[in-house]
Amino acid sequence: MAKLKDLAQMEDRLVAGHGMCLGCGIPLIMKIVLRATEDPLIVANATGCLEVCTTIFPRTSWNISWVHSAFENAASTIAGVESMYQALKKKGRIPQDKKVKFLGIGGDGGTYDIGLQALSGAMERGHDIVYLCYDNNAYANTGGQRSSATPVGASATTSPSGTQSPGKLQRRKDLTKVMAAHGIPYAAQASPGRWKDLYNKAKKAFEVEGPAFLNVLCLCPTEWKYDEAKGLQLAQDAVDTCVWPLYEVENGKYKINYKPRKKKPITEWLKPQGRFRHLFKEENASVIQRIQKEIDEEWEELNRLAGFSQQK
Amino acid sequence: MKKETWKELTLGTINLNAGNSVQNLTGTWRSGKKPQFIEDKCIQCFFCWLYCPHHAIEVQGEEVKGIKYDYCTGCGMCSEVCPPKEKAIVMVKEEIKLAERSSK
Amino acid sequence: MSTLKTLNGNQSVAEAARQIDPDVVAAYPITPSTSIVETIAKFKADGLITGEFVCPESEHSAMSLCIGAASGGGRVMTATGSQGLALMWEMLYIAAGLRLPIVAGIVNRSLSAPINIHGDHSDTMGARDSGWIQIYSENCQEAYDNFIQAFRIAEHLDVRTPALVGLDGFIISHSLEGIQVEDDEKIKKFAGEYKPVYPMLDTDQKKTVGPIDFTDYYFEHKRNQIEGIENAPKVIEEVGKEFGKEFGREYGFFEEYRTDDAEVCIVVMSSAAGTCKDAVDELRNQGKKVGLLKPRVFRPFPHRKIAEVLKRMKAVAVLDRSSSPGAFGAPLFTEIRSALYDYPERPKIVNYVYGLGGRDIKGEHFKEVASKLERIAKTGKVEEIYGYINLRE
Repeated sequence: MAKLKDLAQMEDRLVAGHGMCLGCGIPLIMKIVLRATEDPLIVANATGCLEVCTTIFPRTSWNISWVHSAFENAASTIAGVESMYQALKKKGRIPQDKKVKFLGIGGDGGTYDIGLQALSGAMERGHDIVYLCYDNNAYANTGGQRSSATPVGASATTSPSGTQSPGKLQRRKDLTKVMAAHGIPYAAQASPGRWKDLYNKAKKAFEVEGPAFLNVLCLCPTEWKYDEAKGLQLAQDAVDTCVWPLYEVENGKYKINYKPRKKKPITEWLKPQGRFRHLFKEENASVIQRIQKEIDEEWEELNRLAGFSQQK
Repeated sequence: MKKETWKELTLGTINLNAGNSVQNLTGTWRSGKKPQFIEDKCIQCFFCWLYCPHHAIEVQGEEVKGIKYDYCTGCGMCSEVCPPKEKAIVMVKEEIKLAERSSK
Repeated sequence: MSTLKTLNGNQSVAEAARQIDPDVVAAYPITPSTSIVETIAKFKADGLITGEFVCPESEHSAMSLCIGAASGGGRVMTATGSQGLALMWEMLYIAAGLRLPIVAGIVNRSLSAPINIHGDHSDTMGARDSGWIQIYSENCQEAYDNFIQAFRIAEHLDVRTPALVGLDGFIISHSLEGIQVEDDEKIKKFAGEYKPVYPMLDTDQKKTVGPIDFTDYYFEHKRNQIEGIENAPKVIEEVGKEFGKEFGREYGFFEEYRTDDAEVCIVVMSSAAGTCKDAVDELRNQGKKVGLLKPRVFRPFPHRKIAEVLKRMKAVAVLDRSSSPGAFGAPLFTEIRSALYDYPERPKIVNYVYGLGGRDIKGEHFKEVASKLERIAKTGKVEEIYGYINLRE
């Protein structure tokens, strides 16, 4: 079992001096995921906070090989690098025993929305890659526009709350399930609030042969509008309210990795965040009810899927 | 820092100086508060190391030894996640010395 | 020994691809380039190529895969045309900006709307500022020869710039022709070994590829990129000569046909140049001093060399198989007219757009153009600088 003390001894693959916000969740996720394999690692990064904040020329925070080409194509770009690796290995131009791991990374905008097609294609083709989505529920790099990962009721700059609107009206896309439906060997959902679970999932994702998908909830004090020091509590509340259940789908089998003893009410998650503040006005009470109902249904459905898998 | 001419740049928009962002001192962003490390209260759980977004926790050997103020942005995550009742990292007021605010 | 084979344009490109055997081929099907992809897929299925063959879910991903693969450190190709090239647009600029020597076989086809599957040059002409080298082919033999040379040109260390080879949709892509296919070994030797520059798969050397530039570096990186294509002319010339020495078919930037004592000249690219040659022969038989100049390389544009040929003409007609709505003439015309600007003695020059959406251009049309040029040469007056050929007015 990994210990933080041991992980801290490993070389940083993403180093200090990056420009991510105070309290940003991305570096926390990277700290764990990039340590989950000891093999050489090549990263393809979609346009977004991580890409912009770590590579402002002539400086770079990357201490491994890394490539950025565009916004919607991290999956196809990393698939290209992996294809070249397979080709050169077959042709004997790189040694047979040289192991390299391939990781595509994108935010929810670059993954749920504009990059979904490229991701779906890469997963279907069976490249031996891991794709990591850091989901902070919005296009944070461009100032917090809504994405298909933005939850109901959140006020984003393109789904603002107002006198006639309670913020975003549509439900989130359930991307982890969408990816699991590709029949890939491994798809999982994790949170930086549960680092061991995240580490284990990342390790599994790197180890499986073929494509793997990781969807990790990413703290974003800038767009969620909460006290940036309190991120860990929020990441845990996301899991305890079942807004962000921890589960994995291994070869088609659903497994819930954490069940809260007592599910917290959704307000515990909503209240600290400024993007939901308007929901606590009297006229928006029904929105909170709707959110609670939908979260309950989703949790029930997930339990049904996991139970089903257990019976099999 | 002298900036390269177009002829001096590496072919193909590549940066070969891996990890040179350590020269960016994000500690210059700090405003008003900073963490203070109290070694004898530390239980060496490494939570601060994990939850510091700016790689500002000083680790020597197998022990957390303090704060790298060159990088610490003062977000307060480290103090918040510190588990002991009497925390080993507390946030304290910091006077801003504008004269010190220059990048190395 | 080279072999005479009956191949269509797409098969010719695929045959060159088989002989070169790039490390990664990533391509998506689209009419009329589909059979390039299909033929390569069959080569792979039959074990005739050893590289990876990837079927992406779109042209955008095809080019993204090519970019990933090329930055990994190996030889890469794709094929597409029309809407497929349009969907790649964003990535074309990125391939050039990252200086990745990807080679693309482009079966030239019109752009929608209205949707039309036939040949014109709207697709590649639209991509003319993307930073790619552009080479056009008159027939299947040229498509084969150009495709082979494109690797050498793109991959040259002074160039390191992606290159596309155009062949006209259906007219060339689907027409059978007897072509000389050279020996596999000779083509492999001609293409040479791929020399990676900063390959990502060399994981000991850590590199950040494609970082973000602010206002302090973008301009310098762009200028650095421009240098690659500016170094290309010397390499294109060398490679064309070496190809000639090796295989008996030498290539330059353009072909001159009966221009020596010509007084008027038609400039036209690709398959239409073949038809134009017949028309020129007929006119020559009638004693008319007509010549043809067929550009082969459009990017980098050989402006000085072309101007040196055309400056002594009395009248020139540039025929474009694409339009540039709102511009002062179509793409080839504006290049050539601009190239002639510095010469105190220069011909009268007109522009005709022809063949959009695969509309035929026949010998009679070239003869009409020639007679208009003769009138201009005689009177010294241009009545209509810009017109259309074979369009219902």
